[in-house]
Amino acid sequence: MSITVDDRGVSFQEIYQSVEKKAYYQKLITLVSIGGILLYFVFSIIQFDLGSISRKWSPDRASRLFLDTYAHKDHVVMNWKDTSKISVNFEGDYRYQYPSFPEWLERIGDGKDIAILTFNSGSKAIFRDDKIIFEQSKSEDRKFIFGIGNNGKPYAEAYDNDGNEKDLPNWIRVTESKVEVRPSLYERIQIYKRKVEVHRYEFGWKYFWFDFFSPLKDYSLPEALSLIFSNERIEPDKTNFELVFSEISDNEQWMHGTVLFSILETLLMAVLGTLLASLLGLPLAFLAAYNITPFKFVRFSLRRLFDMLRGIDMIIWCLIFVRSFGPGLFTGIFAIAFTDTGTLGKLMSEAIENADNKQQEGVKSTGASTILQHRFGIIPQIMPVFISQSLYYLESNTRGAVILGAMGAGGIGLQLLGAIRTGNDFENVGYMAVLIVLLVTVMDQMSAFLRRFLIGIEKN
Amino acid sequence: MSQNAITIESLEENLKVLARQRAIYSVLFIGAIIFIVVSGVGVANQYNAGSFTRGVENFFDYPVDLFSDAFEAGWGWFGIVLSFIPALFETFSAAVFSTVVGASIALILCPLATINLSPNQVTVQIVRRTFDILRSFPELVFALILLYLMGKSIVPAIIAVTLHTIGAMGKLFSEAIENIDMKPVDGLKSVGASWYQIICFAVYPQVLPLVLSYSLLRLEINVRASTILGFVGAGGIGAYLTASLQWRYGDEVLAIMFLLVATITALDYFSSYVRHKLIGKISA
Repeated sequence: MSITVDDRGVSFQEIYQSVEKKAYYQKLITLVSIGGILLYFVFSIIQFDLGSISRKWSPDRASRLFLDTYAHKDHVVMNWKDTSKISVNFEGDYRYQYPSFPEWLERIGDGKDIAILTFNSGSKAIFRDDKIIFEQSKSEDRKFIFGIGNNGKPYAEAYDNDGNEKDLPNWIRVTESKVEVRPSLYERIQIYKRKVEVHRYEFGWKYFWFDFFSPLKDYSLPEALSLIFSNERIEPDKTNFELVFSEISDNEQWMHGTVLFSILETLLMAVLGTLLASLLGLPLAFLAAYNITPFKFVRFSLRRLFDMLRGIDMIIWCLIFVRSFGPGLFTGIFAIAFTDTGTLGKLMSEAIENADNKQQEGVKSTGASTILQHRFGIIPQIMPVFISQSLYYLESNTRGAVILGAMGAGGIGLQLLGAIRTGNDFENVGYMAVLIVLLVTVMDQMSAFLRRFLIGIEKN
Repeated sequence: MSQNAITIESLEENLKVLARQRAIYSVLFIGAIIFIVVSGVGVANQYNAGSFTRGVENFFDYPVDLFSDAFEAGWGWFGIVLSFIPALFETFSAAVFSTVVGASIALILCPLATINLSPNQVTVQIVRRTFDILRSFPELVFALILLYLMGKSIVPAIIAVTLHTIGAMGKLFSEAIENIDMKPVDGLKSVGASWYQIICFAVYPQVLPLVLSYSLLRLEINVRASTILGFVGAGGIGAYLTASLQWRYGDEVLAIMFLLVATITALDYFSSYVRHKLIGKISA
């Protein structure tokens, strides 16, 4: 067997071996780094007690919260002492009591039954003087009876069609003072010693356009809009146009006017902050660039100023400003403007220093003054960088303004924080979250469009 | 004379028209900016709790308060700084953990989101839209909801920051993968490599330096994000900051601010150093 040798006299076998050795080491490095990352995961899972998620996380609460974001509920309450009065309230709020029974609750005048409540699924709850009979639409062979026993404690019983007693399913929980029945997410019956409370959920946001007390509450939006063009006034002292829009924006529950205004506040914060930062950053960047400013002291101090503005984080600026300007837009505007003046100033001064000086010399050769040299020799070169960077900051500042809002600068961030802290307005939380995502997406698209329009970079 | 001949006069005429157009655009643009600034400041002043002029006068009051508190604390202030280091470490390691987890998941998912590599186009659209949704949800929204559900701890912050990181990094990584050199991929395909092998040996090695540099940038962002989330109840140094602010312990506030600025600046320098090294490696 002849040994193949390349022109340097190294045998291929040696080359092969060295290559294999290298590959082996690379494999080893990869494995060790992946192993290191996995070890780090294990360490972190212990450190952060990530195992506690399963303990703290209650799927029940989460699903109810999620349900709240897209559905509404009506509470039907009956006192055992006075069963002739049954109150029906929207979302259980004592102020939102329906003046008459809705169509899914039927009052029966004679006989033992007082009223029949029909759920969305077709299940029925029959109210009686001393008990509630619950019939499920799916399993017709079973019915449930809930009530207050002679000992004053609530009880629950299940029967089949022949009247034989059966075991209770796991969605009925009986305790000393309460029976909790939740056959599905959309149905809930609670039996207390003094009263019975039935929650009936329905899909959708009710009273989204017009609130409970609005004269327009029975109108849908298209109907209300078509009212604008009719001559009959609903309220004599207001035109229909005024009425419809004031009712929408003053909606007590959804607060469309306030929410929309906070969105605008957040937007204003981002736009004004970025605008101020670019208006301040560009001239300062010129002063900090060595090919423009001959004074070393000015350049050095400006550089350090940029570092300071940039290094102190936006949230810390926000905390400082909130003390002097109070909670409001100025806090957010200046927090954004200060941070981004630093970032933009640093970036732009570097861009100015990297600008090609041939153009400047060309302008100089025509006898132009120094200012004109900069105007026509340097600014056209850095303008695309400047515009695209400013637009990028506008984009990220829109997100930032939402967060600054929650830290005290007002706007939609504060509204969102408030809605979450109350703990029962999750439809409002969902609504605002959707609006925030919309705002961020629209700003992203707009800045991308402006970038293309102003700089004229073709796609790909 | 042919029709295409350009006379000096017509050129000058054109130039004048263009110059006039430009001037109109510039005036409009400047007018719009002035309008936004003036009306915006007006609106802001109207709805601000305090007034603008008083704010400017009081601007230095709070920093002076902070520094005088810290000065009163004397040498003890450095002890206060040291006492917050464990909390800072908690926030920092939360940020590191979410960055590592987020970047790993994004790295695993992103070959599915690139047109030139993905097994089918439906997956591309699904994964991309997922990234978009994760990215456009501010982490604050998600963290607040999770905090409500799971109680106050740092875990909700980690989950929220991780989800946002997946979205942001997934987009960046998939864009990086779209721009890779396809020759190694074709080479491996020609010797019959499986899809998995192509990804491991032709795609990842090409994007690894970019992945590392993006992850470092993201780490910096995530340190800020987890501090903010601590501020709304997720623990770590942000929680101490809220408490000190409410109790008006100026020396503690200044200590925490100092730690935060120092951490972020150090990270900034470290990441730009590593990035320069990595990018130098790419271009070499």
